[in-house]
Parts: sequence; structure tokens; C-alpha cells
Amino acid sequence: MSQSALVAVLALPALGAVFAALLPDRAARLAGTGFAALALVASVLLGLAGHTGGWFSYQPAGSGAPPIVPWTSVDASWVPGLDLRLHFGVDGVSYPLVVLTTLLTLLCCLYTIWHVPGGGGRGGTLVALLLVVEVGMLGTFLALDLVLFFVFFEVVLLPMYAIIAGWGGEQRRHAARKFALYTLFGSVLLLVGVFTVVAAAGTADLVTLTSGAVTLSRTTQLAAFTLLAIAFAVKSPLWPLHTWLPDAHTQAPTVGSVLLAGVLLKMGTYGLIRVAVGVAPAGARWAAPLLGTLAVAAILVGCLVCLAQTELKRLIAYSSVGHMGFVLLGVATLTATGIQAALIGNVAHGIITGLLFFLAGAVKDRFHTGDLAVLGGLRERSPWLSGLLAFAAIASLGLPGLAGFWGEAFAVVAAFERGGGGWLTLGVLAAVGGALTAAYFLRLLRRVTHGPASPAVEAVAPPALRISGMELVAWSPLVILALLVGLVPALVLGLSETPVQSLVEAVTR
Amino acid sequence: MSLDVLGPLLPLLPLAAALSGFVVPLRSRTAAASLGIAGAGGALVVAIVLAVRVDEPFETVVQWVQFGDLSVTAGVRIDQAASLVAVAVGVVALAVQVYSTAYLHDDDRYPPYAAQISLFTAAMLLVVVSGDLILLLVGWEVMGICSYLLIGHDRTLPGAPAAAVKAFLVTRVGDVGFLLGIVLLGVNSGSFWITQVLAGLPALPAATVTATALLLLAGVAGKSAQFPLHTWLPDAMAGPTPISALIHAATMVAAGIYVVTRLYPVFVLGEPSLVVLGVLAAITVLLGALAATAQDDIKRVLAWSTVSQIGYMAAALAVGAPAVALFHLLTHAAFKALLFLGAGSVIHAVGSNSMSAMGGLRRRMPGTFWSMTIGLGALVGLPPLAGFWSKDAVLHAASTADAGWLPWLVYSVGAVGVLVTAWYAGRLWLRTFFGAARSPGAETAHEPPWPMAVPVLALAVPSALLGLLAFSDGFGERLTLFVVDLPEVELAHLGAETAVPLAALLLGLVLVWALWRRDTALDPARFLGPLRPTFDNAFWLDTVQDRLVVRPVVALARRVAVADQQVVDGAVESTGQGTVDAGDRLAAWHRSGLPRAATALLAGVLLLGLAAALYGSAT
Repeated sequence: MSQSALVAVLALPALGAVFAALLPDRAARLAGTGFAALALVASVLLGLAGHTGGWFSYQPAGSGAPPIVPWTSVDASWVPGLDLRLHFGVDGVSYPLVVLTTLLTLLCCLYTIWHVPGGGGRGGTLVALLLVVEVGMLGTFLALDLVLFFVFFEVVLLPMYAIIAGWGGEQRRHAARKFALYTLFGSVLLLVGVFTVVAAAGTADLVTLTSGAVTLSRTTQLAAFTLLAIAFAVKSPLWPLHTWLPDAHTQAPTVGSVLLAGVLLKMGTYGLIRVAVGVAPAGARWAAPLLGTLAVAAILVGCLVCLAQTELKRLIAYSSVGHMGFVLLGVATLTATGIQAALIGNVAHGIITGLLFFLAGAVKDRFHTGDLAVLGGLRERSPWLSGLLAFAAIASLGLPGLAGFWGEAFAVVAAFERGGGGWLTLGVLAAVGGALTAAYFLRLLRRVTHGPASPAVEAVAPPALRISGMELVAWSPLVILALLVGLVPALVLGLSETPVQSLVEAVTR
Repeated sequence: MSLDVLGPLLPLLPLAAALSGFVVPLRSRTAAASLGIAGAGGALVVAIVLAVRVDEPFETVVQWVQFGDLSVTAGVRIDQAASLVAVAVGVVALAVQVYSTAYLHDDDRYPPYAAQISLFTAAMLLVVVSGDLILLLVGWEVMGICSYLLIGHDRTLPGAPAAAVKAFLVTRVGDVGFLLGIVLLGVNSGSFWITQVLAGLPALPAATVTATALLLLAGVAGKSAQFPLHTWLPDAMAGPTPISALIHAATMVAAGIYVVTRLYPVFVLGEPSLVVLGVLAAITVLLGALAATAQDDIKRVLAWSTVSQIGYMAAALAVGAPAVALFHLLTHAAFKALLFLGAGSVIHAVGSNSMSAMGGLRRRMPGTFWSMTIGLGALVGLPPLAGFWSKDAVLHAASTADAGWLPWLVYSVGAVGVLVTAWYAGRLWLRTFFGAARSPGAETAHEPPWPMAVPVLALAVPSALLGLLAFSDGFGERLTLFVVDLPEVELAHLGAETAVPLAALLLGLVLVWALWRRDTALDPARFLGPLRPTFDNAFWLDTVQDRLVVRPVVALARRVAVADQQVVDGAVESTGQGTVDAGDRLAAWHRSGLPRAATALLAGVLLLGLAAALYGSAT
């Protein structure tokens, strides 16, 4: 039962993509959305299976448990000659991301039924591409084989390139090319890193590799960690490897931005936690101070750039650099607190930034500009839209009680837990970054929603200003989740406690 | 109902009202008003029941979430002091909700406003009852964001959005310290549960406790508008007047003081944090009072008076008398809520905030006049009104505190503060209610409708009588904290030291009356002479803050943005461009005329042949 759910999670979007590519436009969008919905159902079933069947019995916990103990897994031979295996599994670290992926993809597909961005091909193709991206992301989160992980990591790249290049804004070709080439550069390093590990260890199985059964030499670990960390840092993105992101986000269509910020970036941080830290713990210990410093630099630079930013989507894109900085700081501390903060920060950022990009897209669709100097007085004309924008901005600035708070505050806690002058300084600077985050989001709200309505806002007729039913359907789950994860963080963290504890034990061993 | 249920219910009732209020359609005023009033009223009832039933402190603890070895709990910790503060919050919130129904009669965004007040109330009550530092932080920050939303509510006021942003950001700067203080406490004691944190305190290194206490003070200074983070509060007057009452009376600014009492052992052990607090408080008392003397906006006079009065509470904390601080917090909650709501009635009637446009309102608005008179009397400390007892207790605590220069500083600054307070309160009273009407609005002023009049009249009762509670048995013990051993304080005190503040009070009143009498149409503030602009601009601290903090940060942000674009991204773009250029050049080399191409081909063949021959002969 749970194994079939696992297979279904991967197979349903793939099937949906085929249907969406072949059927005529409207039917394709509907069919694709249907399959995305089924994938969400399957991913929820996967979690239920974990809870009732295997979860409690599987929780041996205590010390000595390996970091990856999937509660459901599938293991089949793929290319026997090369010893490649189709090994998928889900545990507490990957599960929240799986659900986030299926949910956000469904919302993006729903949104596409109602609204196909202009400038490109038919909506059915867009849905098909979204579903292929979904397969890639899910495969990355579920793969328990290093080579498989790499393959799925790469699957995402080209369809996302096509989404940006096909349905994006005015400079979409440049942005798409930059995105593809930059992340491809990361992929080359990932490939070398993966095969460094596989060649040295003689196996590509992640469960074995992270369990400590195979010990790599220190040199191998340092080399592998460096390669893997740079690859994941490009994806996450970590300052100063982030500059593909603002361009890609600004030019991508709304659904592309949502998936990009909501899930794609998480592949980097997930890879860092699961693969880089898990496989090369000695390398992680060695690189942790540098990683932490760069993460804090990302927080501060991201915040300051946002403070001087004049374009709505670009600002939100840069805010991701800051937020992912908090996530990476959490990982860099290599403490259980920090890694858990990173996990919940990941999910919270996916929910909140996804919502922010939906709203920014709605603003741009209505007023045909994202220029903060031209927008203004949105609350005069459209109280609900500006209210939602305010909610998303407040959630994103890390208000306690909403989802964004936990990851950021506990990244600081983790830095303090590590102790020592260096980590304390990083913690303090990260906290200052929290105040700066508030500054730029309030500046954003002041420009966009407050004051008298600007001519650009005034020019749009009231019926177009109203929030449509489909928009509400696409947004409300994110609003509810931002509140729910804030009030009940155990939704995300309850499952990850044991694997994170084991991972930290493995790292400090 | 058992206390375990009632305690959590205290913040949850207004929270439920807030969440349902946010989805009420904009035209459903009645539904929104009923929700808001029900939320505040429910909380008040629960608070009263708790105040009656709680003798011994009690708490509930449940695990909220686990981060590594650190556990975050959710639960309430209610003692008698907490229940009394909760009652004050409930009373003020209810008064504000009822008052707002009439004050915002023509506002088409009333439902979200009422819901935001409910959320504000819930957040403050959460701070009051929270048994865990992280939970406390939730209430603390949610209150900040609610103040942001409510201060920015008035869409016709051009300054409102900026004031709202300022209020949130200035407090948020303090909150960086507050967060770090909480983190230090949590990390060092392995839990954020207040009871456990306080129990583990003596075992911590002194330097850590001191650092923690000072960091927490930053947050307290931000929330409670203490120097140097007080600048947001006068600007916050851009919010609707009932909001000013809410922020200034029992919530937000009171939260800082309350949290210090809640975590008092941290400050006692964290020497010299109380000295720092005392010095800041002394500065704040005088700064606020002096700034209040020169304002023309009636709300700004009251705002600066809040800054000054919170200074008195902080001063009481600094001299080791948290119970006295709470006593002054409670009386201040009553009379300041009364004063703001009364000022709102006056503004509503006159149509202007400016005292230059008022005058002679005594005859046209007798109910408001008498209520405001009681409120102002309590503010200046006129016996036997509430403020007299609590302010006297602050000065008494200072005069009897242990040796050292700080109590003396507090006592003398406090006495001078009484004089200045009497002066500006007298000025407000005379300028608003006496003399001739100075504008058409003041000539045709009338009493407000009953939803505005009733809360003002009702608040006059505690403003007048709350101080007498100090004579009742056990009131002092109710406010005394159970977590730390402190000498018994005397809340109701009459003695020789009382003469000094009373004399200062009389002097201030007589002075302002004498100055005002010379020409009742003119502002007595003109006698401040060259000091007037300085006081009016509150010592230009806003400008200082702008030059020292805001502008450098904005300039830095611009530079970083440019650097990020041109250096970091420039490197990426030029790598791309360089590769394309190199490719072009290589391609250009491949394009050439037949003779050169044939030569190159032959040369290549020759080279390869040569290499093969050499390789072959070598092996």
C-alpha cells in the first residue's frame, strides 16, 4: 500500500505530463491538473502510511541509528551492468518537501487553468512542463541512490528553462539562458562530486553512504564536500553564487517563479543536508565556518539589496537570497537545532514566497508594472489584494506565530548553541538581518499599498481588481499553511526529529 | 471552569474574535462590532474570574515543539499580578472597542480595524499570561505588527504610513536585542519555559546574565518607549485616537515594564542592568515631560506624557520596587485611557487636534470636562486620585531604597518631573476647557454620542479610586512577585517625603495658571522662550536618529545593491560575454580564404605525419 503510494507519487505527474502534452489545450490543462491533484493525494497517503504503519514502529531512535531510515522504500535494479538502482524512499526529512512540491505544483496547475501567461505557447504545454519539473523535484527528494539523485536533479533544468524562455517577461531569453548555464555549471561540479564519492566508496546507495558503514578518507571527503557544496550553493543559492536568481525570478511567469522559489531552491538545501553533509561529514565540519560566514553575508547582502530595490518581483527574488541565507546558516551550524531550523525554514520559505510570487504576479497582471515607484495606494482600490499582500509580507518578515519565524529564530539559536566568538557574531548579524528584513518589507508595503492610488493603479477598472475565485483557490491553501505551520511547527518537525538527531550524531562522530 | 482552561482562554477568546473578524465582509459593521466587543468582553470576564480565583501562582505546560535538545513549551503562568494586569487590559480593550463603534462611524474599513484591535488584545494578553519565552515573543511581536496596522489605518492622513513603519521598525530594532536575550536564556538553560529558566539562573556565569539583561532591556526600551528608542511613540499619534488609548494605556508600552517584572531575577542578577535602566528612565522622565510642555497637538501632549510616565515605572523597577511599577502601570492604564478617549471626544467635537483651535469647552462638554479633569488630576498626582498614590509610591520607593546614587537621581528627577507634569497638564486643561472658544468648531462643540461618552465616564471611576486599593489588605502582596525575595513595599504612603512632590505639584499648577492668566487666548508655552522649539522637537532626537541610523543604512543599501549588480553579477555576465567573444574569435579564425585554409590543412597533415613518424620510431 505505502509502496504503491510512493510509486504513484512519481508516476502520476509523469503520466499527467504525457497527457497534458498530447491532449488539446483546455483538456490538457484540466487533465494535467487532475493528475497533479492525484499526486497530492498520493503524497498525503504516503505520509499516512508512515504514521500509522511504519512510523512508530520504525522509530528505533536512540543513538546509533543511521541517519536515513525510510519508512517506505522501493528498490529495483535499473542498469545491472553499471550497478545502477532505482532506489526511492521517504523519511521525515524529505516528506515535508514532497508534500510541499505536490501542493505547489497543483496550485500552479490550477492557476494555469484560469490564466495562461502571454507571450508563449499553449497552456497545455506549460502544464506538461510544470509536471515534468514536478517529477524531477520529487525524484530528487525521494532518491536514495546518488546517481539517481543526480539524474533527477538534472531533469528539472530543461523544462524550467523552457518555462522561463517560453512564457516569461521581456528579457526572458537572457534570463533563461543565464539560469540554465549557471545551474549547469553547478551540475558539472555535482557530477564530479557524485562520482568522486561513488568511485571511492564503491557504492552509490545513500543509506549505506550516510550510515558510516563506508568511511571515506579525509581528503576524499574534503574534495567531495567542496564539489557538492558548491553545486548545491548555486542551486540554493548562496551568496555570491546567487545572481542567476533575480533575473530568472523577474522574467519567469508567475507559476515558474512560484515553483522556482517554492521548491527548486530547496533542492539545493536538501542536497546539502542529505547528500553533502551526510556523505562527507568530515568535509562538512571543515567547511562549516566558511559556509556560515557566507550564509550570513547572504542574509545581510540580500536584505540591503532589497532595501534599495525598485522592482516588485526582483525584490521578492532577492528576499529569497536572505531567507535561504538563514536556512544555510542553520545547516552550517551542524547542530540538531540548526538543521531542524533549516528544514522548517525551507518549507516556510516555500509556502510564503510561493504566496508572495502569486500575489506579485496578480499585481503585475493587473497593473502591467512591478515598478515600486509607479505602484501605490493599492489598498484604496483593492483592499483584499493589498490585505493578502500585507499578510504575505508580514509572514515573510518572520513574525512569530507565522511559519517564517521558526527557521530564522532558531538558526540564530543554533549559532548561539555552537558558541564561541565567531558563531556568536554570526548569530548577532543574522538577527540584525531579521530587523532589516522587516525594514524592506514594510518599505514594500508602504510603496505598493499605502498612500493615495497612483495613476497606474487608478487606471484599472474595478472588476479587474477583484480577486477571482480561481486565484482564491490557488492562494488560500498557502495562507492557511503559513498560519498553521506557524502555530503547529510540529507538522513539519515532528517527523524529522529522529533522522536529524542521527545525522548530527554521524557528523560529530 | 477550572483555572487550567480559563488561563489559555484569556488570549484565545480575543484571538478567535480577531480571526473571524478578518473574514467579515467590509460592509458588515454590526457583525464586526459585535465580534470585537464580544472578544474584549469575554476576555475581561475571564480576567476578572481569574483575579478573584487565583491565589497561588499556577501554570500549565505542554510541549510545543522540539528543536534538537531545546524544547519550546506552550502554556500559561498566572499569578495575581498577571491577573490584575489582564483585568486592566480587558477594561481598556472593551472601552476602546465600544468607543470605536462611534468614533469610526463613517469609516468603510471598520471590520478589519476591529479585528486588529482584537488581535492586539489577544497578543497583549498572551504576553501577560505566557509561561514560555518564545510564546511571549509571539505576543510581543504580534502586538508590534498590530500597532503597525492600526497606526497606518487612517487613509486620509498622509503621515500615517510613515508613522506606522517607524513604530514597527524602531521597536523591531530593540527586538533584535530582545530576541538575542531570549536566545541566550534559552540556550543556557536548555529550555524556554520561564520557570525553568529562572530556576537555572543562579548557575549561569555572571557575564552571561548581565549580557542577557542588557539585551532584554533593548527590547523593553523599544516597546515601552524609553530613551533612546522612544521616538516612535509621538508619531504613533497618527493612528485613530482610540488606538492611541489602546497603545498608550494598558498594552504595548506597558508590555515592556510588565516583562521586566516577569523576568525580574534576570535583572537583579544581571548587574548593572538595573542601573542602566534607572539612568535611561531618569532621562526619559524629564525628556518626555519637557517635550510635552511645548506641543500644540493635544494628542502629542498626552503621548509625551506617556513617555514620561512609563519612565516613572521603569524608575520604580530600577530602584527594586517592581510591585510599585505595576501599581503605577495599573493606575496609568486607567487615567491614560480616559485621557486619550476624552481627547478623542474633544477632537471629534472640534474637528481638530490642535489646542489652538479649542478653548472654552468646559460649558459645552461638561461630562467630558469633568472626566478629563479627573484624568489630568490623576496624571499630575492630585490627592486622593489614583495617580497620586502610585507616583508617590514610586518616589517613596526611591527615597527608601538602599544607598547609592541611583535612588537619589530617581527621586530628584521624579520630583522635578512632577513639577513639569503639573505645568503641561495644567496647560492642556486650561487651553482646552477654559478661556474663549478659538475656532468655529469649538464654538459649536457638543458632547459625543453615548458609545463614546460611556467609556470615558466609566474610566473616570478607576482613575479616581484605584489608588485607594492600596489601603486594602493584601493588594501590595498581590502585586509582589513570588519569584524573587524583595523587601515589602508600602503602596499607600503618607510621610514627610510626600511634601516635596506635593509642593512641586502646586508650584507647577500655580505657575502655569499665572502665565495663562496674562492672556487666556495665548499659549503659555510662549514663555518657554528659546527652549520652545527644542522642546517642541523633543531635543531633535528624530533628526539625530535619521542622520545616524536611517540615512547611513539607506546609503549602504544603495552601494551594496550597485556592488552586487556590477561586481558579483558583473563577473558572471562578463564570463558569459567573454566566452561568447572567445568563441567568435575562434570562429573567425576558421573563416578564411582558400589559399590560407589549404596551407593550414597541409601544415596540419605535415605536423600529424611528423608526430606519427616520431612516435613510431620511438617505440
